[in-house]
Amino acid sequence: MKNMKFLTAALFTSILFIGCSKDDDAQPLPVNEEEVITTLTVTLVPEGGGAEITLQTRDLDGDGPNEPVITTGNLATGVTYSGSIVLLNETVDPAENITDEVEEESNEHQFFYTPTAGLDVTTSGENPDSEGNKLGTEFTLVAGAVSSGTLTFTLRHEPTKPNTGLSDAGGESDIIALFNVAVQ
Amino acid sequence: MRTYALLVLLFSSITTVSQNCDNSLSGTVTDIHDGQLLIGVTLTIANTEQAVQTGFDGTFTFSNLCNDTYYIQVSHPYCLTKGFTVKVSGDTNKSFKLEHHIEELNQIMIEGSAYTNKSKTTLENSIDKDELERFSSGSLGDALKNLSGVSSLNTGNAVVKPMINGLHSSRVVIVNNGVRMEDQEWGAEHAPNIDINSVSKLTVIKGAGALQYSGDAVGGVIIAETSKVPVKDSLYGKSLMTATSNGRGSALSSKLTKSYQNGWHATLQGTLKRFGDFEAPDYVLSNTGVFERSASLQVGFNRFDYGFEGYYSIFKNEIGILAASHLGGAQDQIRAIDSDVPLIVNDFTYTINAPRQDVTHHLATIKGFKRFENFGKLSIQYDFQRNNRLEFDIRRGDDKNKAASDLQLDTHTALLDLESYLTDAITLKSGIMARYQKNFANPNTGVRRLIPDYQMYDLGMYFVVDYQLNDQLLLEAGARYDYSYMDVFKFYRTSFWESRDYDQRFPEIVVEELENQILTNPQLNFNNGSATLGANYTFGEDYKLFFNYSIASRAPNSSELFSEGLHHSASRIELGDLSFNSEIAHKVALTFQKENDLFSFNVNPYINTISDFIVNEPTEIQQTLRGNFQVWEYRQTNAQLLGVDVDASYAFAKNCRLDSQFSLVKGYDRSLNAPLIGMPPVNTSNEIVYQNSEFSNIRLALQSVYNFKQNDYPNTNFEVFIPETETWQMVDVSSTPEAYHLLNFNSSIDINLNQKSKLTVGLRITNVLNTSYRNYLNRLRYYADDLGRNFLFNLKINY
Repeated sequence: MKNMKFLTAALFTSILFIGCSKDDDAQPLPVNEEEVITTLTVTLVPEGGGAEITLQTRDLDGDGPNEPVITTGNLATGVTYSGSIVLLNETVDPAENITDEVEEESNEHQFFYTPTAGLDVTTSGENPDSEGNKLGTEFTLVAGAVSSGTLTFTLRHEPTKPNTGLSDAGGESDIIALFNVAVQ
Repeated sequence: MRTYALLVLLFSSITTVSQNCDNSLSGTVTDIHDGQLLIGVTLTIANTEQAVQTGFDGTFTFSNLCNDTYYIQVSHPYCLTKGFTVKVSGDTNKSFKLEHHIEELNQIMIEGSAYTNKSKTTLENSIDKDELERFSSGSLGDALKNLSGVSSLNTGNAVVKPMINGLHSSRVVIVNNGVRMEDQEWGAEHAPNIDINSVSKLTVIKGAGALQYSGDAVGGVIIAETSKVPVKDSLYGKSLMTATSNGRGSALSSKLTKSYQNGWHATLQGTLKRFGDFEAPDYVLSNTGVFERSASLQVGFNRFDYGFEGYYSIFKNEIGILAASHLGGAQDQIRAIDSDVPLIVNDFTYTINAPRQDVTHHLATIKGFKRFENFGKLSIQYDFQRNNRLEFDIRRGDDKNKAASDLQLDTHTALLDLESYLTDAITLKSGIMARYQKNFANPNTGVRRLIPDYQMYDLGMYFVVDYQLNDQLLLEAGARYDYSYMDVFKFYRTSFWESRDYDQRFPEIVVEELENQILTNPQLNFNNGSATLGANYTFGEDYKLFFNYSIASRAPNSSELFSEGLHHSASRIELGDLSFNSEIAHKVALTFQKENDLFSFNVNPYINTISDFIVNEPTEIQQTLRGNFQVWEYRQTNAQLLGVDVDASYAFAKNCRLDSQFSLVKGYDRSLNAPLIGMPPVNTSNEIVYQNSEFSNIRLALQSVYNFKQNDYPNTNFEVFIPETETWQMVDVSSTPEAYHLLNFNSSIDINLNQKSKLTVGLRITNVLNTSYRNYLNRLRYYADDLGRNFLFNLKINY
């Protein structure tokens, strides 16, 4: 008899659990991606004055199906530009400046600039990280002879520092942005 | 209880002298199951020489008894001996009930409701306690892999997911101590949350035949059981210690059981495992450490006709994911695949860094059963499970130590099962199940939810009938119906919502439109039917033929329905589909079995035809700021899996045995007429075992495992532009690794410490030749070799 009581009690408890566990259907909160980089803007300011050139890739839906929107510009022969890179997360309002985070963790990041062989562009003078190695959110770019090709900006997270370039930098790519550029 | 009995005996022996004793005690002994009279039962009056047996009519008579209380022991070869206290007053009539078929009984008594006949017409492969103990430091998946037809889908070496006849994840149901595991098993890199040391027997049913557990086991069912506790006064336990060279870690596990003659019993069990980085033959596999802790408590009460049990277990596992597998886009993938050594190799450490998983699983259950005469056995069970899965990624800034994914799944289940013996030959099992599930994805991660918040209600009912036509032939038939209702809150990216035309197809589910996301409330219903029909034919001295046809229906899981975004640990974008319906599998399996001590084998061909099979395959390349990613889209198709599993065991000399197994499975997408992705390659293992019970039970075993190259796979390679070299390069994600051969050695010897304690010392060496190899079914095969040689030193004390 005692066990029947137990069984009955167990049955009721379980029904109670099932019945009562549906709690309030509160709407969930939206999650805004905190780390996604939607926008990379490279600003090239010619030394000695003139119009600045903006290269930008912007992908407002992150890993969503929309392709990045790319804005490019053309360089002038023989001009030296001082370049700077700004990274933004525009999924949040106001937009979050990710460059600040990258600069705070400068030892763990590095920008690389890769012109294709046909493009007569050279880069140098990357700004240093806190240990004196290259960070590269600021740099100098010299446009050579008339030519055209692709200029790629790569941001590596946790690269081996110092390194001689992408081939021995290792790490993980946070950004790979390609721009079709002409030197005129 | 015992003292009480002794007192009774004492008094009875004193009083017999003084009384006039010419009373008789007569009656019958019957089987508690079906009330059948038992013949040849011996009844002995304690402390006297008097013993009688029941005759062909099942009756007995004692004569010359006094008006007194007697203690009578009732025994039968096929029953558990039981004692009864009888008060004799004049000529007394008394009937006793015994529990027939002791083998079956022990199982029912100890394991509660649903454990007796799992499936009588499908072959059950099982792993016993001794074999499980050899895997004490490993995982459930490592042990299961040794059965024919069972392989594993790995993520590195610590995340091992069992795969049955080529199917895994939601298609394989795991039942732990009578509870269907709800541990977010939809994920290919989510290992089962069970401590192998808490299990005493593992059984694999390849197919959906075991309808009392589920109707959606398209691949099969794995049943983990705890050991039987005897109904006697006893205190016993065991401790296992394993130290390993690879991973430089150890595993400790202890179990203690106290049982009483009156039916009460309690078992406490705990395990601690800690390993640092594992090593491939040529390098350290950085960030592959494991830290596992688990404990369980089981308290129960067993009688012949009723019993109940409470069980609680906690399992917590922290697993490091190979550092070199964390990549950006396809450009990084090329570097990783082309490199002979992993991109990140650090010095050995015990520290587990991101990327890592930290999973906690709670399981609590209470259950009871009551056996009714001429009716059957009624079982009731309630269980609660809480699974919390944290995944840590390599992150920037303030989010560094914050989980990138934090999912909590709570499940409540109530079960009511009835097992009735309709006649001697017909058994009917039936039952109902109600389940409530709630998934909560913590929004504080700062990463969009991988799986949305949802609540799910399930209702299921089933019946299975066995008909023992004659000594040789048993027929089985059953059916099950499951209804599921899912109430989901899902945020879609507006761009995805529109690119899929969901804005046209499902405008009614939109709750709120945000700036770049849309909150929706899909409410989904699934009606799933499943059935089984089978026969089991015994012939000759030791031959058996099993035939089983089963239909299984599986509702799409939350990942297949709602995935939408970058899956970082897989370096790909995964997309689900809201419009999926249930997949339905028809499986026909045949088994030809011979069982005897000298030579036994079984051959098990099968064919599994699945309509609306949900497959996840690469479809295109997507450009993002992080680089190019391969997009893996879930899609429904018609699939067919064909295969054969063979096991054989041959005792070729005294104390020597050769155990062999062979598994082959071929999977095809019948709509595209192409091979299915991720099918296990043909494999065979052969083991020579020497075991001598007369010489300290010494056991020496040498195992050879050969894995063939998988030649049937879809080509999903793609090209990507590499700026440094200005070339388009092929990302080879589909080519399969070469065949490989591994040798494993295993030895153990028993040392008796004293009458009650036994020490077993063992040495095991896996990958004896330190072979470098990669396994097609390891998701990290692109980035690193599999494990190198490992020395495992085992100590086991039974006390």
